[in-house]
Amino acid sequence: MPETTLLAAKTPATGVFAFTRPTSWQVIAILIALLVVIPVVVIFSAWGKSETDILRHMAEFVLPELLSNTFWLLLGVGLGVTFLGVSLAWLTAMCDFPGRGFFSWALLLPLAIPAYVLAFVVIGLLDFTGPLQTALREAFGPLKLPQIRSRGGVILVMSLALYPYVYLIARNAFMTQGRTALEAAQSLGVNRWQGFFRVALPMARPWIAAGVMLALMETLADFGTVAIFNYDTFTTAIYKAWFSLFSLSAASQLASILIVFVLVLVLAEQHSRSNMKYGTVGRSVSHRRIVLSRKQGWLAAIYTGGVFSIAFLIPMVQLLIWAFDAAATDLDARYWAFVRHSLWLSGLGAFIVTLLALLLGYAGRQQPGHSMLLIQRIATIGYAIPGAVLAVGIFIPVAWLDNQLIDWLKPHGWQGTALLKGTLLVMLLAYAVRFLAVGFGSVDAGLQRITRSIDEAARVMGSHTWSLLSRIHLPMLRASLFTAAALSFVDIMKEMPITLMTRPFGWDTLAVRVFEMTSEGEWERAALPSVAIVLAGLLPVIFLASRGDKQ
Amino acid sequence: MRIPFYKLFAGLIAVLSIQSATAEEVVVYSARNEQLIKPLFDAYTKETGVAVKFITDKEGPLMARLKAEGSNTPADMLMTVDAGNLWQAAEEGLLKPVNSKTLTANIPAHLRDPDSEWFGLSVRARTLVYNKERVKPGELTTYEDLANPKWKGRLCLRTSKKVYNQSLVAMMIYEHGEGKTEDIVASWVKNLAAPPFPDDTKAMEAVAAGQCDVTLVNTYYFGRLMEKSPNLPLAIFWPNQNLKSKDAGVHVNISGAGITRHAKNPAGAIKLLEWLSSEKAQNLYADVNLEYPVNAKVKPDPTVSAWGGFRQNLINVKEAGRLQAKAVKLMDRVGYK
Repeated sequence: MPETTLLAAKTPATGVFAFTRPTSWQVIAILIALLVVIPVVVIFSAWGKSETDILRHMAEFVLPELLSNTFWLLLGVGLGVTFLGVSLAWLTAMCDFPGRGFFSWALLLPLAIPAYVLAFVVIGLLDFTGPLQTALREAFGPLKLPQIRSRGGVILVMSLALYPYVYLIARNAFMTQGRTALEAAQSLGVNRWQGFFRVALPMARPWIAAGVMLALMETLADFGTVAIFNYDTFTTAIYKAWFSLFSLSAASQLASILIVFVLVLVLAEQHSRSNMKYGTVGRSVSHRRIVLSRKQGWLAAIYTGGVFSIAFLIPMVQLLIWAFDAAATDLDARYWAFVRHSLWLSGLGAFIVTLLALLLGYAGRQQPGHSMLLIQRIATIGYAIPGAVLAVGIFIPVAWLDNQLIDWLKPHGWQGTALLKGTLLVMLLAYAVRFLAVGFGSVDAGLQRITRSIDEAARVMGSHTWSLLSRIHLPMLRASLFTAAALSFVDIMKEMPITLMTRPFGWDTLAVRVFEMTSEGEWERAALPSVAIVLAGLLPVIFLASRGDKQ
Repeated sequence: MRIPFYKLFAGLIAVLSIQSATAEEVVVYSARNEQLIKPLFDAYTKETGVAVKFITDKEGPLMARLKAEGSNTPADMLMTVDAGNLWQAAEEGLLKPVNSKTLTANIPAHLRDPDSEWFGLSVRARTLVYNKERVKPGELTTYEDLANPKWKGRLCLRTSKKVYNQSLVAMMIYEHGEGKTEDIVASWVKNLAAPPFPDDTKAMEAVAAGQCDVTLVNTYYFGRLMEKSPNLPLAIFWPNQNLKSKDAGVHVNISGAGITRHAKNPAGAIKLLEWLSSEKAQNLYADVNLEYPVNAKVKPDPTVSAWGGFRQNLINVKEAGRLQAKAVKLMDRVGYK
């Protein structure tokens, strides 16, 4: 009998500074966190150099507006992805309406379109020079229309690009919640709306929060999308210090402030629900969906169809038109290599991210406590660090280690300039540093849904940690692991700065092609690799969707 | 027989390492796009048999990379698409001086480093593009004149975050001093018809659509746009042509390159650099992106020649790098986003 419980319980507290011998799970978690801590330390070490001049300039002329811009962007995107993600997840998971089967997987597709590409397409269509405004001007003469290149515009585009994180994780939560709690609530006289707001939503809160947090971290780290809108955020200041004022140290100092801010944000979010414990007892069986009235059903279809069209269909048609033009000159045999490299890197990267996420999440389950929570949060901070800054933070220690090794090997006849740098291993670990949050978010959500009573029962029956993991937890975690792998696969596929900085010679990917085209403003030509990214990104999305429906 | 551990390790690495460079090969770190440089490198390999290996990224990361790698960098050459970053690379000691008669003969003095650490390979002219239907001939004169109130609501600009406008403002600081430049740029901002655009093409499209009348762009963006949509009512104007100062003229920047301080094959890299500045390579280098060759003996692409000749600003482009931070701060102060 499936049954979902929302329990209040205190997690056993072990102090952060308790000097007890670390257990093996703590060691594993610390080692994973170390991958992130090293580049973060490199970034923080920039404070050794005084950049008062630049920081004072920033504080006086740049930061006041940027901080308010960043605040509104976070607030807007936070609300936007929550509203879109939760409403769409609820509709497709719990309600019946025309097209539900199609939309339940199609709504994931925007994930495969990089946000900056969506931004460029949307601006191209809706700006003063775009077809819509041009047609309106031709029909009605000069008009005063709202400016798409504005705060509202950037919030809209980023919400459309990032809602799938919330949608995916929230939908999983709604579907595995089962109907029992909701039915129980309804039998107590709670109506449908109240059931949603007072039972289903609070029960899904940790998962919704995990999705929103991913979207916010990506928003903070984003540079490409806001640059197309010329909407300056804190990350803009970081790149301004580096690229325009030629100070990587000032940029790193600003980035370290961002890191602290994010850490406080995630810990606060975590603290706010630290007294809650969520779990599903038993496996949820498929449930009956809420039957909407005819009118309601069509409204739901129009709403989901509208979001799908704006976030995916229309931009995709535009991209295809551009890609078709570009294909005549740009599409050659090399594209197979780009696609192959992208698939390999994304596949291997997704595997490593998922594996590390599982270990990190599992360590938390085996060894809960405040210090473990802190370690987990630190290990997943890489997602909020602007990509190029993180890439340098990773590259510097790798190059340093290389130099030490080469100095040591040189007297023995070694001739070469690289041992570790420019290898796939470094590249994959760098991806893990960046995207561990993506994998961890969904693995941890899955782990939280497995109540501890199962662990205890298994232990009583003599099951050890590893057999508990392989025989009981892994099967129950399958959906979460696939989600983690698919999300990181798509994210790695779109990733640019780390790929650029750490790729071995000749390992150009589709994202590298996008960079080559966009760095000199050839957006239409960038459509070809973008479309290829979307198509390759569809593989895991479709895979996810087919699994989701089997559930 | 016992094989020492380090030999085993070194052997293993040698097998695994993808980067065992051959003696001949030249390795390039390039901020210039793959599609623009690959045809050149392919031609060079075909002609000389020397392989060119390259990796592309933005200038900032490439320089950070060179710095971190120190003496163990595989790179022989750093290539960028503006003078400011080359100046900065030289400033950070990442490049080394090159003594080459060929380079000094092929490249005009204002387009290379006075200390010979870097060299321009193509000229990027930043000029005015206007709407032929909305701007009367004779209305346009200089960059500075765009500060005139008669352009209120008629000017569009690309964002100040792109290096091209930073270089332009840096050169204006060199010519006019900070105070006067700040007044000019502040008035530009007052004259804007729309918030700054993310790229030159978008700004020109706004001019074509009548959102504004004039903008500032690199000529190759104009060439590309007109190739795609030849009927747009746009035209090029060369500003600052008839001024008293002998250095005055159209603001130019370069794409160029320098030899890295710790180059493993400096001789090979210098040969490649000389070849890139030679008459046979210059057309290939510049034409593929509708830029101007640096080598005066080489004529630009016919499309480019059709825009007419112009007088270049003759101040050394290194000033764009030296004054870039000042320019950026100035633009921040006047609220040019």
